[in-house]
Amino acid sequence: MNDMTPTREQRTAALEGMGCKRKRVEDIRFTQGKGNYVDDVKLPGMLHGDFVRSPHAHARVKAIHSEEALKVPGVLAVITAETLKTVNLAWMPTLAGDVQMVLADGKVLFQNQEVAFVVATDRYAADDGIAKVEVEYEPLPVLVDPFKAMDPDAPVLREDLAGKTTGAHGPRKHHNHIFEWTVGDKDLTDAAFRKADVTIKELISYHRVHPSPLETCQCVCSFDKIRGELTIWGTFQAPHVIRTVVALIAKIPEHKIHVISPDIGGGFGNKVGAYPGYICAAVASIVTGKPVKWVEDRIENLTATSFARDYHMTAELAATKEGKVTGLRVHVLADHGAFDACADPSKWPAGFFNIVTGSYDIPVAHLAVDGIYTNKAPGGVAYRCSFRVTEAAYCIERAMDILAQKLNMDPAELRLKNFVRPEQFPYHSALGWEYDSGDYATAMKKVMETVKYAGLRQEQADKRAAFKRGETREIMGVGVSFFTEIVGAGPSKNCDILGIAMFDSCEIRLHPTGAGIARVGSKSQGQGHETTWAQIIATEIGIPADNIMVEEGNTDTAPYGLGTYGSRSTPVAGAAIAMAARKIKAKAQMIAAYKLEVHEDDLEWDIDGFRVKGLPEKTMSMKDICWAAYNSVPPGMEPGLEAVSYYDPPNMTYPFGAYICVMDIDVDTGVYKVRRFMALDDCGTRINPMIIEGQVHGGLTEAFAIAMGQEIRYDDAGNVVTGSFMDFFMPTAVETPHWETDFTVTPSPHHPIGAKGVGESPNVGGVPAFSNAVNDAFSFLGSTHIQMPHDYWRNWKAAKSLGVFA
Amino acid sequence: MIPGSFSYHRPATVSDAVKLLADLGDEARPLAGGHSLVPMMKLRLASPEHLVDLGRIEGLKGIRRLSNALEIGAMTTQHDLLGSDEIARSIPILHEAALLIADPQVRYMGTVGGNVANGDPGNDLPALMMTLGASYTLTRSSGSRTVAARDFYQGAYFTALEPGELLTAVTVPIPPSGHGYAYEKLKRKIGDYATAAAAVVLTMKAGVVESCAIGLTNLAETALLADAAARAVIGSKLEAATLKTAAAAAEAIMTPAADARGPVEYRKHVGGIMVTRALARAAARAT
Repeated sequence: MNDMTPTREQRTAALEGMGCKRKRVEDIRFTQGKGNYVDDVKLPGMLHGDFVRSPHAHARVKAIHSEEALKVPGVLAVITAETLKTVNLAWMPTLAGDVQMVLADGKVLFQNQEVAFVVATDRYAADDGIAKVEVEYEPLPVLVDPFKAMDPDAPVLREDLAGKTTGAHGPRKHHNHIFEWTVGDKDLTDAAFRKADVTIKELISYHRVHPSPLETCQCVCSFDKIRGELTIWGTFQAPHVIRTVVALIAKIPEHKIHVISPDIGGGFGNKVGAYPGYICAAVASIVTGKPVKWVEDRIENLTATSFARDYHMTAELAATKEGKVTGLRVHVLADHGAFDACADPSKWPAGFFNIVTGSYDIPVAHLAVDGIYTNKAPGGVAYRCSFRVTEAAYCIERAMDILAQKLNMDPAELRLKNFVRPEQFPYHSALGWEYDSGDYATAMKKVMETVKYAGLRQEQADKRAAFKRGETREIMGVGVSFFTEIVGAGPSKNCDILGIAMFDSCEIRLHPTGAGIARVGSKSQGQGHETTWAQIIATEIGIPADNIMVEEGNTDTAPYGLGTYGSRSTPVAGAAIAMAARKIKAKAQMIAAYKLEVHEDDLEWDIDGFRVKGLPEKTMSMKDICWAAYNSVPPGMEPGLEAVSYYDPPNMTYPFGAYICVMDIDVDTGVYKVRRFMALDDCGTRINPMIIEGQVHGGLTEAFAIAMGQEIRYDDAGNVVTGSFMDFFMPTAVETPHWETDFTVTPSPHHPIGAKGVGESPNVGGVPAFSNAVNDAFSFLGSTHIQMPHDYWRNWKAAKSLGVFA
Repeated sequence: MIPGSFSYHRPATVSDAVKLLADLGDEARPLAGGHSLVPMMKLRLASPEHLVDLGRIEGLKGIRRLSNALEIGAMTTQHDLLGSDEIARSIPILHEAALLIADPQVRYMGTVGGNVANGDPGNDLPALMMTLGASYTLTRSSGSRTVAARDFYQGAYFTALEPGELLTAVTVPIPPSGHGYAYEKLKRKIGDYATAAAAVVLTMKAGVVESCAIGLTNLAETALLADAAARAVIGSKLEAATLKTAAAAAEAIMTPAADARGPVEYRKHVGGIMVTRALARAAARAT
C-alpha cells in the first residue's frame, strides 16, 4: 500500500452518504436565480387565463354577460360553467369523494369562488377583460359559523345534493352535513368516564389557516391537436395522480398526458389537490389550440385554493387522582367549507385524526367527527401535516395540560406518567394504530435537562409571586409538547387515493463510468430530495452521492409515485430507493464474483465495493463493476445495471419529539417574547442532519406563525378579512424566535434504512408548545384554555378577562 | 393584482412635473416611491390614466440645512433619512422613526414626500411632522405655498393638496438642543402599519417638563396631535398620575378602526401605553 491509498474513513467520507451534512445540490441553482419554476415556462403563442371571482359568499348567479369583455383588445374567450358543460367539466370530483364546481354553476358558495375564466393574449388584457365581465348576483343568506351549520333553519348550501341522504362516507344527518366518522369503543369509553376520579372537558379549536407557499398554484397547459396530447407544467406535489385524474375526467388516454412538475417553490399541502385553474387552463388550451398559462396571485391563493385546519374539537379526558389517564373522548366539528375537497387518503374523511391518543397509553377512547359545509373556501389540506395529525396533536397536548392543571400536577410529570413505554412497542392504540417504535421518556427527560426544567418552574413561581405583589406586569409560561406523528402513507391495506395504493417508487440506472441517475415518484418542493436521495444510494451501493443525479416530477420518465406530502417521501419513496439500490447491489455482487473468480457468497461488502472474505487485497469497486456491467457480465446475464422498486410499506412510521417553549408576556399590551425554544426530534435514522435541522427550523417558524397570529378569518357576511400578507400574519426573520434543536435516534423497525420522516414534525409539535406556553402563562390567573391564535390583542383580552386591569 | 393600462411620464424638473399635472388634470397621479399607489393600482382600487414619475427630478432630492430648520426634498428616501448625519444630529426622532418604517427594501424606495402627502393614516411621518411643527411646500405651475403639517390632513387620503399641486419639500424646525424625544410604535411585525404609535418631543428644565408635543399614528382617520395630553404634562415632573392623565387625554381623541391588529378598545388602550412610554423615554433623554 502506498501513502496515497485512501483510508476507510476517507472512502466513506468521499461517498457523502447517509449521516453526512451534505450541502444541498439544488441550492446551487436556487441561490443563483436559475431555478425553473412554472412561471418560467414560456411557450410560443402562449395565452393567459385569469378568473372573474365572486364578491359574495353565497349568491345565486342570475346571468353572466361577457359581450363587453370580448371587445377588449387581446381577449379571446370567456369560459363559463355553460362552456364547461359542453365538455362535461363544469364540476369535478374531489379527492374526498365530493364534487366541486369548476366555475359557478347557478350559484356561488364562497367569496372569491371562480365564476368565469377570461383567456387573453397577455395577463394585462385578461385582467382588463375581467373588469368588463358583468355578473348578476342575487345574494343569499350566508353561513359562516360552523356551529350553526346544522341548525334546522340553516341556509341550504349544496342544492346539488338535495335528497342525498348518503355521501361518500356514509349517512348525512342534515343538508349541510357531509359525514360522520366514528372510531373506538363508545361503551367502554363511557364506562371509563363513569369510573374516573377526575375528568376534564374543553372545546379546543384549531382555527383556519393557510399553507401559503412562496410560489402560488399555477400551470401551463398545452394541447397538441395533431398528436392529441396534453402537456401540463404545474405546481403539483403529486404529478402522477394529476395525470390519472386528468385521464379519468378529460377522457384523454393516460399515455397522451404529460405532467411535468418543474422546480416548486414550497407546497406544504397547498399543491396536492386539483383546482379549477388547472381544468380551465386545460380546456382553454384544447379549445384554442394554444398553450394557456394560469398563475394565481397571492390574494387568490389565500382565499380560494385550499385552507388547513378549521377543526373544533371537544376533548374529554378521564383519569385517576394519581394522574393515570383512563379514557379519551373527542368530538370534532370539522368545517370543510363549500365543497369537501380535503386531500386525505380516500377512505379517511378525517385523515389520521385517530392518532389523537398521542404518545400516551390510553386504554379506551372514542372519536366522532362531523364534517359540515359552510360558505367558505374548500380545502382542508394537510398543511405540513400527515392528514389531520396536527389537529390531533394539538387536541391531546392541550387536553393533557388542562388535565395536569386540574390535578395540580406538573404537565411534564403527567406526560411521563402516561407515556407508552419502550417495551410496549409495537403498540396498538385504542383507536386502531400500530406504533412502530419509540422511547418517549428518554426524549422528554433529555429536553427537560437541557432547559433546566425545574429551574424554569422555580423562576415561574417567583415571577408569579412578584406579579401578585404588583412588582411586574410580565408573566411567564413554559409550554411542554410531546407529539407522536403518523406518517408514510401508506400501506395499501388502508391507504389509497382514488383507488391507487399509496406506494412509491424508484428507478436507478448506473452508467458505465460509475455514475447514474435515480428517478423517483416523489416530488421535492424544497425538501432537498436531489441531495438526500443520492445520499441513500451512496451508502447503499458505494457510488458517491455527487455521481448520482436525482430526477423527479416528469410523469413520462419517473416511475409512478404518489408524490410528496404528509412526510411520506422518506418513509415510502426513501424505502423504494434503498430497495432499488439493493437490487443493483445484488446484481453487482454477481458481476464482481465472476470477475474475481470466486463464488458470490465469498464476497463481502466494504464501503464502495466488494472484497473477497479473508483476502482483503482482492477487491472490486462499484465503479469497476459499473464498467464490467456493460462489457463483461457473466454468461447468461443481461448487460446493464439498473433496477426499479415499487415499495408498499408494511406500516406507517411514527416519528416523535419533545418540545419546550419558554415565553414572557406583557399583560398590558399582550406582547409576547419567545425566550427559548428547544426542539428534540426523533425521526429514526438521520439521512442528512443539516437538512433535518433546516426542516425543523422551517416547520417551527410555521408553527410559531399559526399559534401566535396567523388565521384565515371571515366576517359575518363571509368576507375574508385576512386575504393578503398585510393582514395574514407571515413572520419575518425579525419576529422568528431562535431555535435550538436536538435529537434521539429510534429507528423504524420495518423501514429498510430505519428512517421515519421529519418534515412536518416541527409544525405538529410546535403549535401545542407555543399554545401551551401562553396557556401556562395565564393559568395561575384562573384560565383553563385560551383559543389560538395568541396574537397581541387576544393576549391582552385574555389578561383583561382574567381581571389583571381591575 | 394586475393594474390597468396607463401612460407613463418622467419629467426632469419640478416645473415640467407640475405642468404635466396641471395639463393632465384629475386623471394624473404623481408617482414617488410607489409603495401606496402601486399596490392600489394592482388591486385596481386606483386606475390613473397617467403616472408622473418624480424619480428623475434631482431638485426634489436631498436634505438642506437652513438656519433653524432642515429642508427635506420630497423625493428623499426614508433610507436617505437614516444615512443623514444632519438628521441624526439635529432631529434624531426622525432617525428613530425612519428605522421603524417597514423594512430596508421599502425604505430604499419609499420617500418622505410620498409618506406625508398620501394622507394614509398608517404612515409614520405625518404624526412626526405634526409633532415637530413641520410645514410642507406645495408647488403648482403658478407658484408655491406653504401649509403647516398640522393643517394639512383632512381625512383618510384627503389632504390640503389641490389638483395640480405637488408636495415638493418638507421643512422641519430643529428642536432645541437637549430636547428629549421618542417614537414608540407597537406593530405585529416588520412591515406592518402601527397598531398604535406615539411621537413625543419635549424639553425639560430641572426635572420639569417645559414644552411638549405629542403625535399619534394610525389611531384615527389622520395622524393626530394630542394637545390636551401634552398640556397635561407641561409643568409636571411626569409623575405616575400625570402620565395616566396624559394617556387618558390622548385616548379620548383616538378613533381607530377595528382590524386584524385588534378591536377599537385594544388599539386605544395600547395607544395610551405608547404615549406613556414615549413620554417616559423622551424625558429620560432630555438634558
